[in-house]
Amino acid sequence: MENQSSEQFDTIIVGGGLAGLAAAYTLASAGMEVLVLERGDYCGAKNVTGGRMYVNPIRDLFPDLWSKAPLERHIAHEEICIIDKKRSITVRYDGSELNEEPYQSYSILRGKFDKWLAKQAERKGAMLVSKSRVDDLIIEHGQVLGVMAGGEELRANVVIACDGALSFTAQKAGLQKPVQSKNFAVGFKEIIEIDRDVLENRFNLEGNEGAARLFMGDVTAGKFGGGFLYTNQASLSLGIVVGIDALTHEPEIKAPELMDSFKQRPEIARLIKGGETVEYSAHVIPEGGLKAMGQLYGDGILVAGDAAGFSMNIGVTVRGMEYALASGYYAAQAVIQAKEKNDFTKSGLSIYEKLLNDSFVLKDFKNFKESLEVLEYPQLFTHYPELAGNIMKDLYEVPAGPKPRLYPTIKQYLSMKEIWSMVQVGRRMMKI
Amino acid sequence: MSEVMGLKAKLGLDVFKEDSEFHIKIKEGQARDIRLKKAILVCPAGLYSEKENGEVVISVDGCLECGTCLIACGAEVLEWHYPSGGSGVQFRFG
Repeated sequence: MENQSSEQFDTIIVGGGLAGLAAAYTLASAGMEVLVLERGDYCGAKNVTGGRMYVNPIRDLFPDLWSKAPLERHIAHEEICIIDKKRSITVRYDGSELNEEPYQSYSILRGKFDKWLAKQAERKGAMLVSKSRVDDLIIEHGQVLGVMAGGEELRANVVIACDGALSFTAQKAGLQKPVQSKNFAVGFKEIIEIDRDVLENRFNLEGNEGAARLFMGDVTAGKFGGGFLYTNQASLSLGIVVGIDALTHEPEIKAPELMDSFKQRPEIARLIKGGETVEYSAHVIPEGGLKAMGQLYGDGILVAGDAAGFSMNIGVTVRGMEYALASGYYAAQAVIQAKEKNDFTKSGLSIYEKLLNDSFVLKDFKNFKESLEVLEYPQLFTHYPELAGNIMKDLYEVPAGPKPRLYPTIKQYLSMKEIWSMVQVGRRMMKI
Repeated sequence: MSEVMGLKAKLGLDVFKEDSEFHIKIKEGQARDIRLKKAILVCPAGLYSEKENGEVVISVDGCLECGTCLIACGAEVLEWHYPSGGSGVQFRFG
């Protein structure tokens, strides 16, 4: 890069992931001068998803994008599988609503999607520099004035920190809360290529239908978390998300070993049979929600996407990408409004939080602020999967002799103590 | 039951570009710190191990840059940066 210290951008965006690219696309569409700095070889090179994006909340923010977006398959079949050591129980949900356009969610590969979104932002006029790591912020009298990257000083009216869950940029601006491991999970996954016809037959998929499967219980050795499987066009995304704190607690199991046992479960082994693993990736997920969130803006700086802590686990859905795209969009709107008043101080940028408050982003985080504490309940991942499995075994079992009556069979599992504890769990769940 | 693919082989599928320096280092004098033991459990790439003398060591090749070790162990025991621009893991699928 040439020395551009004389040049002043409207906005410098740190990180070309979904939040950064959404902001760049929106700002460039409004004619603003935007520079995106991406440390990978290309946008997407450092980015990982479990595998599914929900489009409804963000469809109208980017009306022109969706028809050509490189998404994998629309999810038409949902399954959740409760796994005990020797058995599992699966609930499957199919519905015509999942198979009607516009589809609510798609499986997605970020390598493909982010590269494409970067191209769309460039077409609108955003300037994108890859292989460029931001090392520091330029801060004068408390006002962020730009970034240092590769020894270059790059200046802008506003910096948007979209550098992911660790966000060293937000940290340097003093906007982050101290990092607590209880607020983070780690996800790791394999991409398993599989013949397209085999995949469609195996998962009963018609045309571009896709399947999503979640697994909880023994898959994480009873630790807070779960497994996931999504069907892409000709591959599977198979992985595990587990709380970082939970991983350090008993029983001591190394993260990669969880993945190995997961793949060996008969429920999984038959689904990936004949497939070939082509990539192994990992990513941290900020799950602390509203309570763990730092400040979203400061003098000359905004924080969006994972960097702001915008991802959420409410059990059956784990979401982050919609919040990243939406917060990037609203950050751009905030910059546009700040420019009209030529006020890039904290007060000039405060409109960002107002926009987020009025949108699904912060409304969701307020509604679900208790969900992490509620779900981080060991019995949900150990005792209940085992209990459910045992009840199913006894219900279905036909012994050599006479079969016991059903009511006493089930009742033996449901002591007063058990029922009382279920009521307590129910009460916890009411907070979600 | 399918064969278990070794972690080394699995990481060998990823595209890595070498950096001029190690982007994660155990801070001097901290190798025996108890917090580092967590890294052995949490690292999805299994890069941390414990030597017989109780010191934890990291082999940074194969790092997926997730940051789990930093979150679990803390910045007091780990010096942690992203690799310089254009190096480190380059996900093709992500």
